[in-house]
Amino acid sequence: MTEHSDIDHVSGTSTTGHEWDGIRELNTPLPRWWVITFYLTIVWAIGYWIVYPAWPLLWSHTTGIWNYSTRAEVATELANLEKIRGDKMVALGAAPLEEIEKNPALLALARARGKTVFGDNCAPCHGSGGAGAKGYPNLNDDEWLWGGSLDQIMQTIQFGARSGHQKAHEGAMLAFGKEGVLKKDEIVTVANYVRSLSGLSTAGGYNAAAGAKIFADNCASCHGDNGKGNQELGAPNLTDKIWLYGSDEATLVETISNGRAGVMPAWVGRLDPSTIKALTVYVHSLGGGQ
Amino acid sequence: MNKTVNPTDLQLDDDGPLYAARKKVYPQSVSGTFRRTKWGLMAFCLGVYYLLPFVRWNRGLGAPDQAVLVDLPNSRFYFFFIELWPQEVYYFTGLLIVAALTLFLMNAVGGRIWCGYLCPQTVWTDLFYAVERWVEGDRRERMRKDAAKGTITLRRAGEIALKHSIWLMIAWWTGGAWVLYFTDAPTLVWQLLTFQAPMIAYIWIGILTATTYVFAGWMREQVCVYMCPWPRIQAALTDEWALNVTYKYDRGEARTSLKKASELRALGQPVGDCIDCYQCVAVCPTGIDIRNGPQLDCIQCGLCIDACDTVMTKIGRETRLIGYDNDINIHRRQEGKPPIYRIVRPRTITYAAMIVAVGAIMLYALLTRSLLDVNVLHDRNPVAVKLSDGSIRNAYTVRLLNKRGFDRVIAIDVDGPINATLHVVGADSVTQDRPMIILARDTTTELRLLVTAPAENNPEKSVPVNFRVTDIGLGEVASATDHFVSP
Ligand code: SF4
Ligand code: SF4
Repeated sequence: MTEHSDIDHVSGTSTTGHEWDGIRELNTPLPRWWVITFYLTIVWAIGYWIVYPAWPLLWSHTTGIWNYSTRAEVATELANLEKIRGDKMVALGAAPLEEIEKNPALLALARARGKTVFGDNCAPCHGSGGAGAKGYPNLNDDEWLWGGSLDQIMQTIQFGARSGHQKAHEGAMLAFGKEGVLKKDEIVTVANYVRSLSGLSTAGGYNAAAGAKIFADNCASCHGDNGKGNQELGAPNLTDKIWLYGSDEATLVETISNGRAGVMPAWVGRLDPSTIKALTVYVHSLGGGQ
Repeated sequence: MNKTVNPTDLQLDDDGPLYAARKKVYPQSVSGTFRRTKWGLMAFCLGVYYLLPFVRWNRGLGAPDQAVLVDLPNSRFYFFFIELWPQEVYYFTGLLIVAALTLFLMNAVGGRIWCGYLCPQTVWTDLFYAVERWVEGDRRERMRKDAAKGTITLRRAGEIALKHSIWLMIAWWTGGAWVLYFTDAPTLVWQLLTFQAPMIAYIWIGILTATTYVFAGWMREQVCVYMCPWPRIQAALTDEWALNVTYKYDRGEARTSLKKASELRALGQPVGDCIDCYQCVAVCPTGIDIRNGPQLDCIQCGLCIDACDTVMTKIGRETRLIGYDNDINIHRRQEGKPPIYRIVRPRTITYAAMIVAVGAIMLYALLTRSLLDVNVLHDRNPVAVKLSDGSIRNAYTVRLLNKRGFDRVIAIDVDGPINATLHVVGADSVTQDRPMIILARDTTTELRLLVTAPAENNPEKSVPVNFRVTDIGLGEVASATDHFVSP
C-alpha cells in the first residue's frame, strides 16, 4: 500500500494513494447532496431513538417521548372492531334463528363469527372443520344424537350433554357386561344382531332369533323396537351407516359391555347468547342441519 | 473515448473535502428540430396527465362516469370501456411487460430517447427550466445574477420569489392532478377548494408537490446521473447499431477556430468542422461535452444537435456534425464508405414481435373475458362426509362474480357423480330442481354448495365435478371444475 496519491492516466482522476493487488482507488468524491442526505439519516435515527421506544434496558425498555406502543395500538383497534361488530351482533341476537338463515347478511355474519368461535372452542373435540373423531360426533353429517334442527342444536350447545348443567341432555348407554345384565356370549350375539340392522355382515353361525330377543328385552327401550334410535335419550340410530365409536364386532362388544357416556360441555355462560346463536347457525349450515 | 485530460484541472491534495459540490448547469435556450419536438411532446404529455381525469365516460347507473379511474375502496380500475377487477391484475402485468419491451425497442432504435423526450423527470425539468429562463433570463444572465450573490437587490429577490412560486404552483398542480385519478375528479376539485377533501388527498398532494419541486427544481440532472437505474441498465442492453447522439469526430477533428479553419482550408490543408464554439456544451441540460464521446450523463435530448446545426448553418458548413448516429458509421466514413443505418435487425424485430405477441394475448383475453365468473374451492376439512343412508357428500365454497352493472338471476347446475344432488346453503329459490341465486350487480357472492352422491353410485375414488352457472336472462354461462372424493 503506497501512501502518496498520483494521477490515474486512463480516467484522468487523482487516486487516493491506496493500492491493493495492483488495483488503485480513484479519488471520486461523493456529491454533496448525497453526503448531506447521509448525515440527515443519522440525525433521523437519533430522533427516532428519542421519539419511539428503542433501547432495551435491563428489565424494560425506553418508552420514547410519546409512549408509543404497538400493543396499545392493537388493543385500540380491537376495541374499535368490537364496537363495529357489537351493533351487528346485537342484530344477530335479536333475530329469530330461522330468520338468520334467510337473511344473506346475517347468515354471512353468523357463519363467519360461528366459524371463529368454533375454531376456538369446539375444534379440540369436533375437529376444526367439524369432522369429529371416534367418540366425537361429525357435525357435517345428518346423524344427530340430540336432534339437528336449529333449536335442538342450540339447546345442545347451550347446555351440553351429561355436562352437569341441570338442563343438560341426560341418558347414557348402560354397561350391560360390567353390570352383569348380559353374559359374554349374549353380548356377542346381540352385537352381531345390531350389525345386521345396518346391513353389515354377521359372524357365521350366530343365532339371529336369539339376538333379536336379547335386543327386544334390553336395547329396544332406548334404541326403539327396530333400532331407529331416540333423540330424546340421545340413543343413536343403529340402522344407519354412521357409527360414532365404530361398527366392527369388537367395538360393539366393548360398547355393550362397558357402556358409553360422552360428555359435551355446556356453553351457556361461557359464550354470550348471540355468539351461541352464530355458532348454532354455523353448525346447522355445515350441511347436516334439519 | 476521446476524453482529453487537462492536468491542471486535477486536484492532487489528499485533504480535499469528502464530497464534491455540484457544478450548477445553466443550459442555454436553443431552437431547432429537436427543441420543437420536445416542446410538442411536453405539451402532449402534460396535457394528458393534467386533463385525463376530467374526461367523462358513461357507464350507466351506479357506476362512476370517469374515463380513467383507480377506485381503491371498491378495488376496481376503469379505463374507458374497460373495467378491471382485482383478480385481473395480470392485465397490468401484461401492460408492464409491453412497456418494458417498448423501452427496449426504443433503446435498440434510438438509444435513450425515452430519457430525452418522454421521461417525467425530463419533461418537468424542461418545464421548470422554461420558467426559470422566462423569469431570470438566459444562460449568461442567470450566471451573472448567480455570481452577484452578495448584492441582492429588491428586483432580484422578487425574481427569485416569482420563480419559486411558479415552480411550487406547477408542483402543486402536479400533485393535485395525481389524486384526481383516484376519485371523481370534479367532486374532488370542489372538495379541495372548500377544504373538505379526505386527509389522504392532501397528504398525497403534499408528497407529489414536494417531490416535483425538489426533483425538477433542484435536483434536475442529478436525478438522471445519480439516482436513476436506467442509464446503467441501458448501457447493458444497447448494441453497436443503436442510434445515439454522437459527435462525428471523423468530421469535427481537428478543431480549430473559425478564422484559422478558413486559412487552412485556403491552403488546402485538412481541417475539422468543429470550431470549438462550445455551443453544444452551453445548451446541454446535464452540462456535459458530447465531444468526449458517449457518456452516462447524456440523456440524448438532441439539444446539442440543434445548437451545432445552428452554428454549422451560420458558417456555411454541412449540418449534423452532431447527430443521431453510431460508431460503425464513423468508421465507415473514415474508410470512405457510405454510412448505413439498420433499424430493422434481429434485435428490433424480436422486440417488436414480442410486443405484438403480448399485446395480442392481452387483447384476446380482454375481448373474451367473461362478465360472469365462478371459482370453486373444495372443503378440505372434512373432504367428504358419509351420511346415514351411506351416501357421500362433498362441500364446496363457490365464489360467483357478477361484473355487470345490474342484478341478475343465476341457476346453478352440477355435473358430477351419477345422480348426484346439489344443495345450495342459502339459495334464494329452487325452480325445476335448480337452485337459483340473485347476484347483486358488480359484486362477488360466496356460497356453500353441497353435492351428494347416493350410496349405490359412490365413486371409488375422486371423480371430476363441473359447476355451471347460467344467467337465466342473458344466457351467459360460466363454469369451473373440481373433484368429488370419497372418504
Ligand atoms: S450531450 Fe446533447 S443530447 Fe446529451 S444531454 Fe447534452 S444536450 Fe442532450
Ligand atoms: S456546437 Fe458544434 S462546432 Fe460548436 S463546439 Fe460543439 S460541436 Fe463544435
